[in-house]
Amino acid sequence: MPRPSLPYIPPSEITAERHFQVRRELLAGALGLAGAALLPGRAVGTAAAPALAPLHFTRNARYRVADPLNSYEEITTYNNFYEFGVDKTDPAANSDSLRTRPWTLSIAGEAEVTGTFHLEDILRQHPLEERIYRHRCVEAWSMVIPWVGFPLADLLKRFRPTSSAKFVEFTTLLDPRQMPGQRSGLLDWPYREGLRIDEAMHPLALMVVGVYGRELPNQNGAPLRVHLPWKYGFKSGKSIVRIRFTARRPLTSWPAAFPGEYGFYANVNPRVDHPRWSQATERRIGASLFGQRRPTEMFNGYGEQVAELYRGLDLRSNF
Amino acid sequence: MTMRTDVRYGFIYKPLLFLICLVPVAWVLAGIGNALAITHLPVPGLGADPVRRMLGIFGHSALNLLLITLCVSPLRQLTGNAQLLRLRRMLGVFACCYALLHFLAYVGPFQGFDAHAIAADIYKRPYITLGFTALLMLLALAITSTNGWMRRLGRRWQQLHRLVYVIIVLGVWHYWWQVKKDIREPLLYASVTALLLGWRWWRRRARRARSATSNYALPTAPERT
Repeated sequence: MPRPSLPYIPPSEITAERHFQVRRELLAGALGLAGAALLPGRAVGTAAAPALAPLHFTRNARYRVADPLNSYEEITTYNNFYEFGVDKTDPAANSDSLRTRPWTLSIAGEAEVTGTFHLEDILRQHPLEERIYRHRCVEAWSMVIPWVGFPLADLLKRFRPTSSAKFVEFTTLLDPRQMPGQRSGLLDWPYREGLRIDEAMHPLALMVVGVYGRELPNQNGAPLRVHLPWKYGFKSGKSIVRIRFTARRPLTSWPAAFPGEYGFYANVNPRVDHPRWSQATERRIGASLFGQRRPTEMFNGYGEQVAELYRGLDLRSNF
Repeated sequence: MTMRTDVRYGFIYKPLLFLICLVPVAWVLAGIGNALAITHLPVPGLGADPVRRMLGIFGHSALNLLLITLCVSPLRQLTGNAQLLRLRRMLGVFACCYALLHFLAYVGPFQGFDAHAIAADIYKRPYITLGFTALLMLLALAITSTNGWMRRLGRRWQQLHRLVYVIIVLGVWHYWWQVKKDIREPLLYASVTALLLGWRWWRRRARRARSATSNYALPTAPERT
């Protein structure tokens, strides 16, 4: 089957050698991130990092967080990724079976360019940047994570979504041999998530390929995942194999399983509680034993950037 | 020559059981000590979220000990060994201690001593209301578990301590209600609870049926309650 070629990229968009060199230096800086000056009292854990390839990236100074980063160990051993089991430690223990190379990404639906693409062909065209984002889980815990990726909008625009593309759906890999958790009927596999097109095109929406300057570990959604820092974590699809542009709102996995507990928007909102627990506060993973609780911010603190997207929308009924 | 039962229970079985019951709390303390680099003990770590882990260990220990406590009577009936009853009080009191530790871990590390949030949780969240109710009942049973209270309460002591059946149901319900989706483990706890309570119900029914037949020819006496 002939593979459709990717849209043409002007040479000006391709990284010049000198930038490449700068990135290498920045990378060296990133690996030295353990510096106590930057992260008081926190071990970064790069010494124990597995043999994941270092990435070339620049650091985006606009996306930083004042709070200390969570350690590599915390970020990679405390995960909700039900494809590998329901306990927080299961993904780190069970995700070795996931093969991320080769990896293909299918583009479908309301776009001019559709088809199946090799991931490396896609990634070649996107310069990577590091962004430090707050991550807020619907279970009322949070972390601060240095992701490496590129704007989701840059990827989506390449496929030239048509005017009828009102939503974007992200589908996770379906393969119970690689993802043993899919043998259980916990959710209707494969995992599906989705966004309104304007949410997906928002500059904060990040396509993530790495963390702490290296390729993503499998348990964090390798090789390709999104991260939407103003939404609860379950909105951020992991190990994505398909992106579909749709005219109608896609039925996503958690609202499909529990319509009363998880909504399509899932914007972080301290005033709208989960039916079984409060969302007013959250626990920061890794903080001291008695100092974890902190107030949750509207849109996880990204209201200035994203509130405009939801003007006129009742956030209580559209939770 | 065999040791006297009193000696065996007092100096071997009970101290041994006491030490076994301390294992979960020792594990948590060692895990915290290791995490703070105060101790360097060879125990499995509490992971990236020691607070949640601690809540889980204490909560599970409380439920496990309650279920073991409820196994004592059936085991005695099945084996005919009445001495087993000597161990029951310690099991029950430890169950209460772990439920209390579970609550304290929730109050301090989990909620950061936020009295308002805790009160709101107990009032608004059904699974926390259930757990808190179970804890209060369990505390009442632990306090009245002494010989002095047994004497003082007389017949009513046993009636009061039947609350343990309510407590285990509330405890398992509390657990069931908070899991996000995977109910396999709460289901296991619920099954064991159903088995243990079912056994009692079945025996009670059989006993009543027996006494009904044997009393058939006798003049009926007013039923005593």
